[in-house]
Parts: sequence; C-alpha cells; structure tokens
Amino acid sequence: MSATVVLLETTSSNLRSASLPAVSAARALAKHHGGPVIGVVIGAGVGAAAADAARFVDKVLCFDNPALAAALAETWAPLLATAVKDSGATALVASATSTGKDILPRAAALLGAGMASDVVAVLGAKSFRRPTYAGNAQTDVEITTGTVVLTARQTEFSPAAPAPSAGSVENKAPGAIDALGSEFVALHATTSARPDLTEAKVVVSGGRGMKATENFKLLEQLTDLMGGALGASRAACDAGMVPNDLQVGQTGKVVAPELYFAIALSGAIQHLAGMKSSKVIVAINKDPEAPIFQVADFGLVATWESTLPQLIAEIQKLKSA
Amino acid sequence: MKILVPCKRVPNPELKLKIAGGAVELAGTTWQVNPFDEYAVETALRLTEKSKGGERSGEVVVVSIGPKDTATQLRQLLAMGADRAILVAGDDATLDADLVARTLKAVVESEKPDLVVMGKQAVDGDDNQVGQLLAGYLAWPQATFLSTLTLAADGKSATVLREVDTGVEERRVRLPAVATVDLRIIGKKAVRNEALAGPETEWEDTQRLASLKGIMAAKKKELKEITAESLGVSGGLLVKTVRHENPPSRKAGIKVASVEELVSKLHSEAKVI
Repeated sequence: MSATVVLLETTSSNLRSASLPAVSAARALAKHHGGPVIGVVIGAGVGAAAADAARFVDKVLCFDNPALAAALAETWAPLLATAVKDSGATALVASATSTGKDILPRAAALLGAGMASDVVAVLGAKSFRRPTYAGNAQTDVEITTGTVVLTARQTEFSPAAPAPSAGSVENKAPGAIDALGSEFVALHATTSARPDLTEAKVVVSGGRGMKATENFKLLEQLTDLMGGALGASRAACDAGMVPNDLQVGQTGKVVAPELYFAIALSGAIQHLAGMKSSKVIVAINKDPEAPIFQVADFGLVATWESTLPQLIAEIQKLKSA
Repeated sequence: MKILVPCKRVPNPELKLKIAGGAVELAGTTWQVNPFDEYAVETALRLTEKSKGGERSGEVVVVSIGPKDTATQLRQLLAMGADRAILVAGDDATLDADLVARTLKAVVESEKPDLVVMGKQAVDGDDNQVGQLLAGYLAWPQATFLSTLTLAADGKSATVLREVDTGVEERRVRLPAVATVDLRIIGKKAVRNEALAGPETEWEDTQRLASLKGIMAAKKKELKEITAESLGVSGGLLVKTVRHENPPSRKAGIKVASVEELVSKLHSEAKVI
C-alpha cells in the first residue's frame, strides 16, 4: 500500500489538460501499488491551479515559490523526488510532454529509480509497454527498483475525469532552491484559435508536396471545416512552409485523432511514428508508391491541386445537408 | 573548450525491423551512428571552429559504449572531424539508460569536458533519458531538445532555444552542462561559439560528411578502448527488456477512385464526417 505521485502541470489558474492522461496512468498504476494518487503542483502563484488540480486526485502537494515559475529540471526534479520520498510513494508519473520528458529522468536519477519512457500500457506494478524503434516495435519492460518512474504517452491514456470528491491541498515549503545557473529567458509561444494538435479530434497534415506556404491555406480551410488542428511533416516544416511546432513525428508531436488527413505527404517512418495510432487515416498523394498508403485506411492517388477544393466542397455540402 | 559527445550505434532505421520470438533480429542489419548523435558531433565541431572546416580552437572527444566493432562508427566520427575517440566495451543487452549514464559520468569525471553534447534520444530505444540522467548524476545543469546553441564569448554560459509543446523556449545555462540536441540543431545558423565566429557565420544546412582527407586523418587519430570496470562502473539493470513484439497491425486499407467516393466512405462507413 504505497502512493503514486503524479506531476500535474498547470497554468496560473488551471490544471493543464495535457496532464489528464498522466492522472489516468497514475490511477491504473495505483491499482497495483495500492495507495492513493498524490498530485504535485509546482510553480509561482499556483494556489488556484492546485485547487483546480485537486479535483482529480486524492491529495495535492503544492510547492509555490517565485523561484519555481519556470519548469526547470534543476529545481523541479528535486521537489518531485522529495514528494515521492516524503509520501512513501513507490511510483512517479507524468505525461510525456516536453516538460515531463525533460524533468522525469532527472527525478529518476535523484531517486535511483528505473524509468520507462512514453508508456502506452500499464501491465503491472513494475511492468510497462512502450513503443521503440520509431513505433516499429512495442516493447515490454520491467523495472527492478523499488520505486518506478514513467512518462505516459498522452494519446494512449484517456483524459481523467474528476474524482468523486476533490482531494485536499497541502502547501509544502520547497527548501533551498538552486537552479545551478539555469535560467528561463522567454517563451516564444505559438497562439492558435485551433484545438491543440495532441488533443484535436481531426488533424490535417501537409507534406513536402504542398510546395509553398500559401498552399497551406487550402489545408487550413479543410482543418477549420472539420474543427481540427493543422499538422505537417518534417519536410514541410524544414522548407519553412509552416512553423516547426506543427511537426508530427518522432521529433515533434505524437497525435492519435479520430481522423487524420495526410496530404501530399510521403510518410517517412519518423512521421508514421507520430500518427500511426490515429483511428482513421486518409492519404492523398500523387505517388502510388508513397509509404503513407501502407497505413492509410482510405488512399486516393491524386494531386492535392486536383482534389482539395472538391474535397472541401463535398464536406461542406455534407455538413450543411 | 573541450566537448564530450556520447554517441550510440543503432541499426539502420530505414531497414525493415524483423521481430521474432520476442526479440529484434539484428543479424544482417547495418549499423550507423544514431542520427541525433551525429547532429551532436556536428554541433560540437561548429562550437570549435570559425567556419566550416576553418581554423579551430578546442577539442571534440567522442565516446561510445558498445561491442568492439563500434570502432567503425567512431572512426567515421573522427573522419568527420572529431579529435579523439573512446570506446567503452559493452553490449546493448546488458545496458540500460541508467548504466549508460553512470558510465558516461565516469568518463566525464576523467575527461573533465566543459560541455557534454549528445542526441536527445537514440532512434532504437527511443528512451530520451540518458542526457537528463547524466546531468542528474553529475548535478550539472541540463539543456534538452535544443534547436539552437550559442556559446558565450567567455565560454562560461550558453544561450539555447528548445522546441517545447507550446512554442520555442529560450534559456541560459551555466557551463559545464549537459546539452541534448534535436534535429534542427544542424540548421545554417543554429550553432555558434561567440569567441570564434561572428553572427553572420553560416554553416551548411546539414551535418558534414567525412572528406577523403578526413578519412585519411582519422586513421591516425587516437581511439582508446577501455572497460567499464576500469572506470569503476558496475551494477545491475534498473530496467529489463522482457520482450519485443510487432506493433498491432492496421487493417489493410483501400484505395478510392475519386473524392466523391472518399467522402461517401468517410461518411457512411467510417462515420467520421
């Protein structure tokens, strides 16, 4: 009977939805470890966020300090380790966000614990399934240490619903904070009215074949018509057609929407690694040999120029019918 | 400026993976340097030169943990321009991220580099752990998933950009530190040592290939083979691989002949529109 600790990322007032899959993974793990699920909220002025986060877990430990505003592994990992030790926990979980991937291994190092990255299934107290070889293998691993650390792949754990009753919030003093000379300077955030790529029900991705930025306008039309998010291949990002944070794949985001459109996109294995779990995949590519057709449920061998306007019109017709 | 670049050899990621009896079949594969680690070597070389292949200042040491024939990949990195190589005898089957990180910690303690640069992950294990573990064990600062790295003229800090879920984050990090690099670190203006190269300096938009001259020079460069025991590193695995399986396969898809047919199938069969 020991606790499972889960890192809960927040804005200043709310739990980030990206952490809800981690709560689900923590609950799955808590079934094997037998104890409560304890959330950890770290930041500056995060009292309201901690209260919001407490709706999802048995208890929240909150480290609130101006020096903790940025998610630096140097300052956050020791607090996660402290939270695990102080609560006698035997498991530490986070979503495999850029923050989780940065910080959790460092916390594992401090705990002397084995870690499984990007877990897609909890098989037991210390057994986990995870993708390897760019998603071309699934690998079962067993952790041999008393405490286990894992990041959960967001697309494979459904977002947790609030618990029947909200947990308590305990404010904890962080003790000495030493960033070891690391310093957050700025976040150049991308803002979009569209849903987050990792959470969208529909993703429309364009590849190298889209040729130019202005051609993405058609993809944006399709995206907005479907209420989805825009994505891209590495080639399209590297060519400067769209910003890098739209990239789907081994570098970039892992998505698993209900419907994935791959337009003028060949489907290199690094790209497939980021979208293969989508429920329905549609590929439009003029090259019948393009690897994307091997994973597509519906493939259309054609150019985007000759099909996109009609595709948009047909869907519009269907939606207004 | 002395830079240590840990590198892993990986099976060619473009070849079809064969899995049988719960294991990945590696007989007959070709081996290569993990692409992200190759980008790290390129990064380190740029940090020690005024321009591509131009006047240099500093030392780039590559280190790998692997079987004897990993020397082939290390020679390639020496041919790219790295100055020295260290090969710690080891085998993937008896290694995990923790043991790799603890071995690298021992190498760092004997080599005393100013900076460790490595790939953000190896494309076989896809763990994305070793750099962070190493920084944790050394109690050094860490700068992960970098798309740019600018070394301050005094060599005491670096300014970096990291691609994060919500955009691009800028950080400053004190040296010595562990940096892990993402694929855009090989962009034209992604890496620069302010002490050597001006802001107008551009490199090629890719990692460099070994030149014939580089290949000849690499034969004379030092490649030291050592054991983990000689570094005082031992211990069991914190993470054991139980078995590999093929991922669940997707139901074979169909080709449609027209946009009308596509939309009709998405509507009435897949019911996603």
